[in-house]
Amino acid sequence: MKSLRNYLDKIKPHFEKGGKFEKFESTFEAFETFMFVPDTVTKKGTHVRDSIDMKRTMAIVVFALVPTVLFGMWNVGLQHFNATGQEGTLFELFWFGFLRVFPIIVVSYAVGLGIEFAFAQYRGHEVNEGFLVSGILIPLVLPVDVPLWMVAVATAFAVVIGKEVFGGTGMNILNPALTARAFLFFAYPSYMSGNEVWTHGMMNGEGIIDSYSGATPLAEAAAGNIDKLPSIQEMFIGTIPGSIGETSTIAILIGAAILLFTGIGSARIMISTFIGGLVMGLLLNIFAVNPFMEIPAWEHLLLGGFAFGAVFMATDPVSAAQTPKGKIIYGFLIGFLAILIRVINPAYPEGVMLAILLMNVFAPLIDHYVIEANIKKRLKRAKVKA
Amino acid sequence: MSEEKEPLFSSKNLKLLTEPLNDSNPITVQVLGICSALAVTVKLKPAFVMALSVVVVMAVSNVVISLLRKTVPPRIRIIVQLVVIASMVILVDQFLKAFLFDISKQLSVFVGLIITNCIIMGRLEAFALSNKPWPAFLDGLGNAAGYGVILIIVAFFRELLGSGTIWGFQVIPEGVYNFGYENNGLMILPPMALIVVGAIIWVQRAKNKKLIESN
Repeated sequence: MKSLRNYLDKIKPHFEKGGKFEKFESTFEAFETFMFVPDTVTKKGTHVRDSIDMKRTMAIVVFALVPTVLFGMWNVGLQHFNATGQEGTLFELFWFGFLRVFPIIVVSYAVGLGIEFAFAQYRGHEVNEGFLVSGILIPLVLPVDVPLWMVAVATAFAVVIGKEVFGGTGMNILNPALTARAFLFFAYPSYMSGNEVWTHGMMNGEGIIDSYSGATPLAEAAAGNIDKLPSIQEMFIGTIPGSIGETSTIAILIGAAILLFTGIGSARIMISTFIGGLVMGLLLNIFAVNPFMEIPAWEHLLLGGFAFGAVFMATDPVSAAQTPKGKIIYGFLIGFLAILIRVINPAYPEGVMLAILLMNVFAPLIDHYVIEANIKKRLKRAKVKA
Repeated sequence: MSEEKEPLFSSKNLKLLTEPLNDSNPITVQVLGICSALAVTVKLKPAFVMALSVVVVMAVSNVVISLLRKTVPPRIRIIVQLVVIASMVILVDQFLKAFLFDISKQLSVFVGLIITNCIIMGRLEAFALSNKPWPAFLDGLGNAAGYGVILIIVAFFRELLGSGTIWGFQVIPEGVYNFGYENNGLMILPPMALIVVGAIIWVQRAKNKKLIESN
């Protein structure tokens, strides 16, 4: 550690004003503050500062995502081995998945960070660290067989159109990772939906045994094959086909625990999202006319990307509602709409993505009315006393 | 005032023609006529025909209104403008149906909707009603061209990326598809037209310092 610090101090003058690499100051600054917590202090006015800065915040979210990443890799191997009728040890399964998933993660980070650095350089501001989380979220919401160039295009779209045009990290109105997914979903639907994309090798049909369908539980449920749904236990642990990181509810809950314990994820949003989903599920149960509507409400929370969206996407501090009351409304409507879209609209079996993007757009409006209501309430009180 | 002596292409008149192409572009700066820009830009050919139709309608109705400007009572000027535009649109529509039936089918209702294109009404109100026929003609030509240029740029990107063709000809070679390339389905959908228009505005504002607001 000490030698790294010394090295950084040694090369620092080159990057400061008038130095050899003056242009790359923001790049240098990004790496320096990534390795070491900066010791700059506010000089004017009084500030109360948390000891944790944005880079550390992002690192904790990435840390919370580790269980889903590891499980996702293992599950990719498991699904492939199941589909081809092979047996494998834990390590074989994991290694197989690692080789498939790792390139997606590398592409997502390389493209996203490349664009972020380029913009920071060009605009002369610091490199923002928001992409550290988006870069790992993007692979987790994609099917394993998505071509790498599509990942690159979607990441570029999400970073440039979803974020940089609004002014970079902290200014975006939409969640960048979901923007990337929505882009792929509408641009290349044949790679993002159907039964064949979720298991590696199924699209070109290499050695797939006949009894393996590859359909996600959500697709089975939407088709009305309720009896074909995997057991609750399987869905909870996550040994089912699906996007890389979304299948395992238990790994997501570990992540949720980390986010809640460190206070980085908003408990209000998470809980109200789950409640919203439950309420809609129960409503659908009451008016059920087909088998999909009869699925027990709480089972919806295990299906598809609901848990993943509620824990990691809805709680994005930038695009979510900011006021405490607003967060509850925002979360509730996400859960409510996600299940509604999922069940009622057969074209979009995964309603969570669309529900979160929709509510991202509405979040400022919700905040506006929460604040207005508060002002009105306090004005009323003031008038009574006057 | 020696009006007769002003040359046909004086710098003032030329400005009427060139300004709407960039500094006061109807789509990217005034943000008018967005609806048809989203609807007809999936392919280059219909977009081009649409742009031409708007050029014709706009130039002619600008001249007609300019000629009528002293006889139209102000209270009924809007309805007179509408009648003029509508008759022009009907002529263009019938022309397309007679000679370019396929494209007329693709453009469907949007030729008829030129009547409601706010660029045309806007120019009639703001310019033709208070100017002579020749400047009015140039102004109409310039504004319609400014609209058409954006339409064609948007359609070029949407057709290239969404269908792999330009003007109906395959330009992305088969080999690239074999390599795993896919047409971008989102480009066919209207939201992408909005994003492409946004990108054009972005590039334009970055280049044209006059458009950058100081705040």
